[in-house]
Amino acid sequence: MPKRSDLKKVMVVGSGPIIIGQACEFDYSGTQAVKALKDEGLEVVLLNSNPATIMTDPEFAHRTYVEPVTVEAAEAIIAAERPQALLPTMGGQTALNLAKGLAESGVLEKYGVELIGAKLEAINKAEDRQLFKEAMQRIGVPLPRSGYATSLEEAKQLVKETGFPAILRPSFTLGGTGGGIAYNQDEFEKLVALALNASPNRTVLIEESVLGWKEFELEVVRDTKDNVIIVCSIENFDPMGVHTGDSITVAPAQTLTDKEYQRLRQASLAIIREIGVDTGGSNIQFGVNPKDGRIVVIEMNPRVSRSSALASKATGYPIAKIAAKLAIGYTLDELKNDITRDTVASFEPTIDYTVVKIPRFNFEKFPHADRTLNTMMRSVGEVMAIGRTFKEAYLKALRSLESGRLELAAPDLPPAGAERKMAIIESLRVPRPERPWFVAEAFRSGFTVDEVHQYSAIDPWFLKRVSELVADSKALETGPLSDEQLRAAKVQGFSDRTIAHATGASEAEVRKRRHDRGIRPVYKRVDTCAAEFEAHTPYLYSAYEAEDEAPPTAKKKVMILGSGPIRIGQGIEFDYCCVHASFALREAGFETVMVNCNPETVSTDYDTSDRLYFEPLTIEDVLEIAHREKPIGAIVQFGGQTPLRLSVALEKAGLPILGTSPDAIDRAEDRERFAALIDKLKIRQPENGVARSHQEAYATAKRIGYPVMVRPSYVLGGRAMQTVYDAGALERYMKEAVSASPEHPVLIDRFLRDATEVDLDLIADRTGRVLIGGIMEHIQEAGVHSGDAAATLPPHSLSPDLIERMKDMATELARELGVVGLMNVQFAIQGKSVYVLEVNPRASRTVPFVSKATGVPLAKIAALCMVGKTLEELGHTTERHFAHKAVKESVFPFARFQGVDVILGPEMKSTGEVMGLAADFPSAFAKAQLAAGVKLPKSGKVFLSVKDDDKPATVDIARRLKALGFTLVATSGTHQYLKGKGIESELVMKVTEGRPSIVDKIVDKQIQLVVNSTFGQQEIADSFSIRREALMHGIPYYTTVQSGRMAVEALEALARGPLGVRPLQEHLAAGPKRAASAA
Amino acid sequence: MKPAVLALADGTVFEGRTFGASADAVGEVVFNTSMFGYQEILTDPSYVGQIVTMAYPHIGNVGTNPDDDESERPHAVGMVAREFSEPSNWRSTASLNDYLAKWGVGGLDGIDTRQLVRHLRNNGSQLGVISTEKVSHQALVAKAKAAPPMEGLDLASGISTKKTYRWTKGTPDTLEGKPAPAPAGRFEVVAIDYGLKKSMLQFLVDVGCNVTVMPSSASADEVLGQKPHGVFLTNGPGDPAAVKGADKTVAALLGKVPVFGICLGHQILALALGGKTYKLKFGHRGANQPVQDLATKKVEITAQNHGFAVDEKSLNGRAVVTHLNLNDRTVEGLAVPDARAFSVQYHPEASPGPHDARYLFQRFADLMAGVPLPR
Repeated sequence: MPKRSDLKKVMVVGSGPIIIGQACEFDYSGTQAVKALKDEGLEVVLLNSNPATIMTDPEFAHRTYVEPVTVEAAEAIIAAERPQALLPTMGGQTALNLAKGLAESGVLEKYGVELIGAKLEAINKAEDRQLFKEAMQRIGVPLPRSGYATSLEEAKQLVKETGFPAILRPSFTLGGTGGGIAYNQDEFEKLVALALNASPNRTVLIEESVLGWKEFELEVVRDTKDNVIIVCSIENFDPMGVHTGDSITVAPAQTLTDKEYQRLRQASLAIIREIGVDTGGSNIQFGVNPKDGRIVVIEMNPRVSRSSALASKATGYPIAKIAAKLAIGYTLDELKNDITRDTVASFEPTIDYTVVKIPRFNFEKFPHADRTLNTMMRSVGEVMAIGRTFKEAYLKALRSLESGRLELAAPDLPPAGAERKMAIIESLRVPRPERPWFVAEAFRSGFTVDEVHQYSAIDPWFLKRVSELVADSKALETGPLSDEQLRAAKVQGFSDRTIAHATGASEAEVRKRRHDRGIRPVYKRVDTCAAEFEAHTPYLYSAYEAEDEAPPTAKKKVMILGSGPIRIGQGIEFDYCCVHASFALREAGFETVMVNCNPETVSTDYDTSDRLYFEPLTIEDVLEIAHREKPIGAIVQFGGQTPLRLSVALEKAGLPILGTSPDAIDRAEDRERFAALIDKLKIRQPENGVARSHQEAYATAKRIGYPVMVRPSYVLGGRAMQTVYDAGALERYMKEAVSASPEHPVLIDRFLRDATEVDLDLIADRTGRVLIGGIMEHIQEAGVHSGDAAATLPPHSLSPDLIERMKDMATELARELGVVGLMNVQFAIQGKSVYVLEVNPRASRTVPFVSKATGVPLAKIAALCMVGKTLEELGHTTERHFAHKAVKESVFPFARFQGVDVILGPEMKSTGEVMGLAADFPSAFAKAQLAAGVKLPKSGKVFLSVKDDDKPATVDIARRLKALGFTLVATSGTHQYLKGKGIESELVMKVTEGRPSIVDKIVDKQIQLVVNSTFGQQEIADSFSIRREALMHGIPYYTTVQSGRMAVEALEALARGPLGVRPLQEHLAAGPKRAASAA
Repeated sequence: MKPAVLALADGTVFEGRTFGASADAVGEVVFNTSMFGYQEILTDPSYVGQIVTMAYPHIGNVGTNPDDDESERPHAVGMVAREFSEPSNWRSTASLNDYLAKWGVGGLDGIDTRQLVRHLRNNGSQLGVISTEKVSHQALVAKAKAAPPMEGLDLASGISTKKTYRWTKGTPDTLEGKPAPAPAGRFEVVAIDYGLKKSMLQFLVDVGCNVTVMPSSASADEVLGQKPHGVFLTNGPGDPAAVKGADKTVAALLGKVPVFGICLGHQILALALGGKTYKLKFGHRGANQPVQDLATKKVEITAQNHGFAVDEKSLNGRAVVTHLNLNDRTVEGLAVPDARAFSVQYHPEASPGPHDARYLFQRFADLMAGVPLPR
């Protein structure tokens, strides 16, 4: 069937902010879908609250609504746009839930909007576990024994049937939030309570344990003619029990015979038909008993997913793009395979390499959280590697992780003896992020494959491969390395670093010797068909084999280094910048060469750049690519710390770094060189010092005066950064969090109390001309990491004079550093004083937000400046000002990390961001809150408890809340203070004062909003449970008085009426006010 | 493992390691892109005299087991892989290495198999030699050149059963360990054996057939003497045009009983209708070939294994082309509705491969029950 002629306008829903379980894979799929629909001549309306996405760039969809992904906003958009259809399968669980909400509230029917891709019935059948179970019973596909409970009593009955361990899966949550494994009755009852709370309909599935079974996933695509294909099979290295998002996974499946694989395939076909996903992709997960092959289906996602993004990258088959075209009526046989051009999309990709995905965790950000992996996803990103063998791909993936460890390095363990053995066994048994290294260590310590299998349940096939790698790496350590051994080690996949480590040479020496002997990788194509047909897409991976099949062109090219795995502090924003660089440079006539190892991203889509190298971002891998491609230079300033860390070594090896020099970057990052620069320009910086020993730290802190901000040097996202209130706390910090040394100094800054923080992004060109991109004022006081703070663009409270001063300082800094490209400056304003906190001569996290809010594509312009264009040539000499206001808000993964405080501080904890756009700040803030999933109350009780400094500011807040009809609840200090100002509030006990305390009231949902600011270690500890319980019970909370005030203004805006919706294109077209450039 | 060499007739040489039997192997070097099912491939008689290069790098992962044999022994003379490995699978009873050694099949791994596949794709399938002997590359190339080419080779007659026998076993559920369901046995079918795969017979039984397997040399009278409700033409190796007397036998059967042919059986049906076959450059061997049923426009993902194809023009309208390969538009299915005969180039029995086309066995049963072929 060809394209449906009745569809003219389609609405696509994105997945909103990046959260654990929903990362940039949905920007990848959404971008593909929007492009595909647009190519078909359809008008595309897009809803997504995440400004850091490529899909929300104004040139992608026709009408781009950066609005909250809520039923209210979506209804307003539908009413305004009147799309004929809504495609809900590209935006993860968020979009599916929205589609359900719109269907159930009658909005779709009211406006005659058809769900395409997946109908409501199909969504319900796949997502509602009872309906799913019934559907599976109808087609005879077995599930683990299970049942549903809506109360603890029902749950207790069920667990008698399933036995322990029992798996808990709350309904309608994503990434397994609130799920867990209970090993005994006591644990079970606790987890049931959590799970019921996490589920929107208070339903939890109690399930027989299939822990230790083999786990497989199939990516299925179906069209309206009922053609069904399997795009990819995936086998989990980590057996059942670890969420697939947290598991190492391998494509294709490795340990199934054809008969066993076909059973999964047949079951998948039956499932997608029974569930009734008539067009598009689905992901189906199976468990297989390794002892007898018994199969159970675990779940199916009736939409594109993280796994489908992985499958697309693993095979070259663009599932999201195809799914979008199928949704508007095409059938698979009518669509071409882009990679081969001549063959059709109605085939099953087959590959002649092995793909390994390894998740990236960020537990170090949540030091108090349990690191055990289970059915609730906790990883924040992932890497993928392609190798001709599993071993090669596994090693490549391990080095892509940037974990700071060699691929098979020994983990921390007791030195020897029984204790060491027990520690290894325990680490094999209990899955944690480090398990891959313990598996290797087990073999090094003499464990057999059978033993490791017995403890870990990892399939012996994988274990055998790892044991072979360990044996080979050991062999490297004995005696001099022959050329043959060196070649063999490279064929296996060992990095130069590992070979260097094993042989006692330096990495550079190994590299030199390898090059002298002509041992270099060749590059092979990802072609969907195992070489049966010729591929035209330069999507490449390296191997130490015979034939190179993708010789470089003679064109003028630029290499762009991506940002590797997503992690807190280095998120989608950097991929966004890399993609923009590629787009701009391609348009300017350069051939772009992208290097990255993250399968979730738009940058690793095969048509983003002219050539895509799916490779680790290490010196070795990048230099090999540079050696053959011979680009005019590399862009390292867009991909965050990952490429920046390589810049000096790359430059030394002869690869020109485009734009700002590595030396200038170092000048900004090295504390002492930076201090000299600041002095030279006579700019103020908070008093600070560098400590290379404990003694130095105590002396410095004493000189500066407590509280101080402390952190290790050269970190991103404020890793291990803390506000320290006294000498005792500093001592603990120095002992526990970091170990200061001459190589790894600790930086100590004065903590600026009650200061306002500001972010400024600019572009400088080679002539020294500067374009101010945007200035953002943080809502929270200084001391909250800029990646976590909410911020407004333009500033909401700063005087024009202050703004001009900051622009002048930033311009001077850019010129002094010789910046060519992007630069970000963080300021703190205390009274009338302006301090420079940080200068980052590279793309910052705020670039996409600023670009989206102003319509000025900063990364594109910067990329062109870096290849020699001037701002004048590009026609971007003046800063753009708009009538609308933009507010950025961050989202946090606290709910997934039990026992973690939600208070914000100098270490970044957020995973993503949203943008609220409106004519005024309160409305924009309200939108940002809604978009971040905060359910602002219309009435009820507000709990106020603030630190002494904040008490005066609370008076206004309290009055306005009262005016809105809220009643106030306060603990003694705040209660008394308000009383003194004539404001009544209900007195409630602190947790330390007795019960019922404020926490009891929160748990009982007697409180609808919390404003709680604290100062000092003890006070923070005492109020921990208030914030934690508010989080767990879905009660909005604000931990600074500034954000509390903004929230009250937002409540007022909401009380005035609907917030309205407006597409980005209209915001940007609505008469930009041009102001004179600062430079 | 010992070093071993693969030498192609065009002079290309790959140096790798041996696995399986270290015996020398001479045959046509072909490639298969299926990621699963190497045991079924090895034991498919269509591969007789061939050295199969598996495009997927890891081979041996699941070992071998008695249930997955498609015939009594391997027929491929050699297997080439990127990396051979020891098995991990609950059904495995012997490693692939031991299995190949037992049957004298030469194995070679440790070479850039993607390069080999691309070479075969660009230059066509060709003869080759796997050897562990310490002889010169030149000598091995010469040996490859001297081997008989596939064109004109009647391999089917050599491999066909010598004696007529009965087959009444359906598909066992090997995974659940259950015996095959008792056959209903509504139809008597003669299968003319050109090199059959066991699973074809099992699927015939599954749709209600009792099967009598006869040698390829059986005459039409001998076949009809069994009073069959239908005749099934099996798959098999080599050049269809060379299979002695097959076209005449089938021509004599046409119109008298319903006929269903698969792969070589399909080609022989075309020859019986006066059509011609030709050799494909590198054949279709894999489990992901898209085939469109021209009547329903639906696409089946099919398992394929053939080096020859039917020339549509040569049929001059004597048969309807029912199925097309969407990759290269070659003929994948034929029907002669008036003669109640149909055939497919691909393998509805899969093994290995997707089961999308299994309905064709039912179509054959329906045809015997009097349901006309879809037009």
